[in-house]
Amino acid sequence: MAARRISSLLSSSATSLGRFSSWGRRIKSFSTAAAAAIGEPIHPSIQIDHTQLLINGQFVDAASGKSFPTVDPRTGDVIARVAEGDLEDVNRAVAAARKAFDEGPWPKMTAYERSRIMLRFADLLEKHTEEVAKLETWDNGKPYEQAAKIEIPMVVRMFRYYAGWADKIHGFTVPADGQHHVQTLHEPYGVCGLIIPWNFPLLLYSWKVGPALACGNTVVLKTAEQTPLSAIYVSKLFHEAGLPPGVLNVVSGFGPTAGAALSSHMDVNKLSFTGSTATGKIVLALAAKSNLKPVTLELGGKSPFIVCKDADVDKAVELAHSALFFNQGQCCCAGSRTLVHESVYDEFVEKAKARALKRVVGDPFKMGIEQGPQIDNEQFKKILKYIRSGIESGATLESGGEQFGSKGYYIQPTVFSNVQDDMLIAKDEIFGPVQSISKFKDLEEVVQRANASSYGLAAGVFTQNIETANTLTRALRVGTVWINCYDIFDAAVPFGGFKMSGQGREKGIYGLSSYLQVKAVVTPLKNPAWL
Amino acid sequence: MAARRISSLLTRSLSVSSSSVSTLFSSLGKNSGRNGIGKRFSTAAALEDLIVPPVQIAYTQNLIDGKFVDAASGKTFPTYDPRTGDVIANVAEGDAEDIDRAVAAARKAFDEGPWPKMTPYERSRIMLRFADLVEKHSEELAALETWNNGKPHEQAAKSELPMFIRLFHYYAGWADKIHGLTVPADGHHHVQILHEPIGVAGQIIPWNFPLLMFAWKVGPALACGNTIVLKTAEQTPLTALYVAKLFHEAGLPPGVLNVVSGYGPTAGAALASHMDVDKVAFTGSTDTGKIVLELAAKSNLKPVTLELGGKSPFIICEDADVDKAVELAHFALFFNQGQCCCAGSRTFVHERVYDEFIEKAKARALKRVVGDPFRKGVEQGPQIDTEQFEKVLRYIRAGIESNATLECGGDRLGTKGYFVQPTVFSNVMDDMLIAKDEIFGPVQSILKFKDIDEVIRRANNTRYGLAAGVFTKSVETANTLTRALRAGTVWVNCFDVFDAAIPFGGYKMSGIGREKGIYSLHNYLQVKAVVTPLKNPAWL
Repeated sequence: MAARRISSLLSSSATSLGRFSSWGRRIKSFSTAAAAAIGEPIHPSIQIDHTQLLINGQFVDAASGKSFPTVDPRTGDVIARVAEGDLEDVNRAVAAARKAFDEGPWPKMTAYERSRIMLRFADLLEKHTEEVAKLETWDNGKPYEQAAKIEIPMVVRMFRYYAGWADKIHGFTVPADGQHHVQTLHEPYGVCGLIIPWNFPLLLYSWKVGPALACGNTVVLKTAEQTPLSAIYVSKLFHEAGLPPGVLNVVSGFGPTAGAALSSHMDVNKLSFTGSTATGKIVLALAAKSNLKPVTLELGGKSPFIVCKDADVDKAVELAHSALFFNQGQCCCAGSRTLVHESVYDEFVEKAKARALKRVVGDPFKMGIEQGPQIDNEQFKKILKYIRSGIESGATLESGGEQFGSKGYYIQPTVFSNVQDDMLIAKDEIFGPVQSISKFKDLEEVVQRANASSYGLAAGVFTQNIETANTLTRALRVGTVWINCYDIFDAAVPFGGFKMSGQGREKGIYGLSSYLQVKAVVTPLKNPAWL
Repeated sequence: MAARRISSLLTRSLSVSSSSVSTLFSSLGKNSGRNGIGKRFSTAAALEDLIVPPVQIAYTQNLIDGKFVDAASGKTFPTYDPRTGDVIANVAEGDAEDIDRAVAAARKAFDEGPWPKMTPYERSRIMLRFADLVEKHSEELAALETWNNGKPHEQAAKSELPMFIRLFHYYAGWADKIHGLTVPADGHHHVQILHEPIGVAGQIIPWNFPLLMFAWKVGPALACGNTIVLKTAEQTPLTALYVAKLFHEAGLPPGVLNVVSGYGPTAGAALASHMDVDKVAFTGSTDTGKIVLELAAKSNLKPVTLELGGKSPFIICEDADVDKAVELAHFALFFNQGQCCCAGSRTFVHERVYDEFIEKAKARALKRVVGDPFRKGVEQGPQIDTEQFEKVLRYIRAGIESNATLECGGDRLGTKGYFVQPTVFSNVMDDMLIAKDEIFGPVQSILKFKDIDEVIRRANNTRYGLAAGVFTKSVETANTLTRALRAGTVWVNCFDVFDAAIPFGGYKMSGIGREKGIYSLHNYLQVKAVVTPLKNPAWL
């Protein structure tokens, strides 16, 4: 039941989004909402209990004694100072994970025992949904309702899903050409280095920690320096649920120091990274130069959202809006190239603009708010730069285009029409609330243009015609095709990129193979009854 | 039938009745002893009169878009006969420009078809016809492989060519069995997963098993609907060109399989860093594998499969049948002149059987028949080239200098070509270079151990993790070692069993991914999730 709700919430199928848009209608345009909506930031009624590194089951300061500030994106004010992990801390964390793997107990426990601990953790997390959601919103700026009603339930769902996999990891027996008995074992890799981003701190935590632990690995997790808080909190809960020390170690810190140390560590057996394509390339190069640890990458995107001529325009507008603006536009799979058939283009642009103008921006702790601030000053500036570049390159600015309010990192929901493929805003990943609408004439053209990108993470297709849907589904060089829907993130649906959007898949049965080694075992047979 | 024979050929399981290679090789060894010809391998006179290979060299150009063409630069490079160091032929030397052309052809054949747009059944039919054609030309191909590589002709003709054919039969059978999944959804959604070809696959193969590695890579890539640019090793460019020609005769459309001869730093690097190549698979040394992965990371993040070096432990427990273990350990190391990534190059022997084992391993090595690989009954030919030859001799000197006991061999054999005496070291310590580095030659290193915990720790104490051999009669010991060894393949009471269905690949720095079997298909397939909403579904 709960699970079903999650997917429909995130899916932004027209029904649930309708709720958001009705809130929107109360406010004629976001710019007038500004002063009223932001005002004094609501104080999240929560204490920050844990800011240290979590190594070998214990909270510890950084070896250097250093700490760094984590800020509230609504104001830029410091929320807390967090222990700043570096090479030495990563070494300690890897040593703890190594010991917990090599000597146990984690991989030597039964799969059933591991799954029970994961289930107990899911229960504990569910009990603490409110605090965790508050922490997530405070540190990240995403709407609290989104964190509390969608994301935390999805994290819980994800751990229950992977708990269920723990005792269902089967190898094969293999038909042999000769008198041999052949079996394959699917074994844990060992110590996994997991590096997660700031846009969905806990969701990405569950996508990586869930399958890694279910498969019997131990983990060193590096969180994003923008959002270190929620991972520490829930990892504490994981230990309360019975996770042995050393199995899950959490190091807060920066990419070039802690992240690089993890990526190039000689005693880490596997890496999984989610973040930008540029950083992903560095992570992979560090793995290549050190010990050739296999790397799973989930990187950037510039996903096409294709609205065909036979689409229901109102639904398409709403879906394209959510595909781009969801989570302040900070989604790797954001539908950031809205390609609209010429026969519905003008109507679409009008309605997309109207919808963006109704988007409710404001303090993410306020009920009914659809959009909070961007994550930090750097992203905020980058997005405004892209908006200027859109204007300068001759795209038509339909709405937005500026900072929202005067404090924190809020940006007006911005819509560009008449976007051409060679404009920067049509090529680069903006990672902000900037919708770029382009016109197309026929299917072949849109396939060619949609695929003319170094990315290949996802695509949206809006059509009522099954032939069009089937043609686009196969032709689009992307890891996920959402047809008449978008951002469906069930635990069982694999997610990952073609081309420079990444390597490997997370979630679902596919997510397991990222955390399992294959070992073939062969013995001779004497007088076998069958072959 | 044929298939069964192949596996037993390469496997060298010792149950004599079922194993033709074992009969073949070991009986040859015995004969040489009995006849008194060459009581010691060093006196083998076989090297004097070299047999003229019964084959013509028909193809030396690059094969791009279905046509044989010269290199864009017009350059060529010599390829040698390792028996003598003489030039066999000059081969078109592919470089970045040739790679560009080959990738463009492969791109077109993928994007515009016909290959990925043909039915899997049609693709499988072409692969099956190709396998038949190769079977018909087995003799020429085996001769060419031996001429260019130096491996025993009997091994090429009776083990490797049949295995090559077997692999294409195997992968042809997969082409129409690549299923996606439908997925249970949490909400009102219909979810399906498509397994799609990745696109243009760049494949870089080594010189130790030129045709087998061709099959391991080209087979699954084509079965999955990809197109290919294959770069062969500069030491052994000839057979790939020959079989690729046959593939086109079997009906392969132009551009689907392009073969470029050339060197790693030029052609190989161009392929690994090409922005229009969607996937790279490489087999070779760990050092080169790191470079390949780095080039992929720095260019377009193409996924990379790596099958790299090894220093595989071969563990003989106290309860092992020593005679069988000696024969198997001998084979595990010396097979293919010791030029196997999975060679059993650390022979760990339990202290209780150690002395007996050493005696017998030495005796077996002394009986090894080294000579012209075209001669019947020869077990060991020359090393691939002067570089490898020198390197192997350097490691032998290092072994002697580090005070390992040289039981036999230790020098080159004869005065011409790249023949090395079968060499056995005992009293090898873990910190000696010969116990740590991949020698890739006929040098067996024997180490003593006391108990299982110790041997596990020592066996795993390496940056490699490709394979392991375990010799024991105890099912408990076998089970313990099977799980504890950090290696991609564990052969229990056998070694080098290479069935098409058995996955092969490394833990740690021995590689990334698996080849052969169902696992190899993942290397050549992208996963695409497709989601649509459901209205009033009958079930969820």
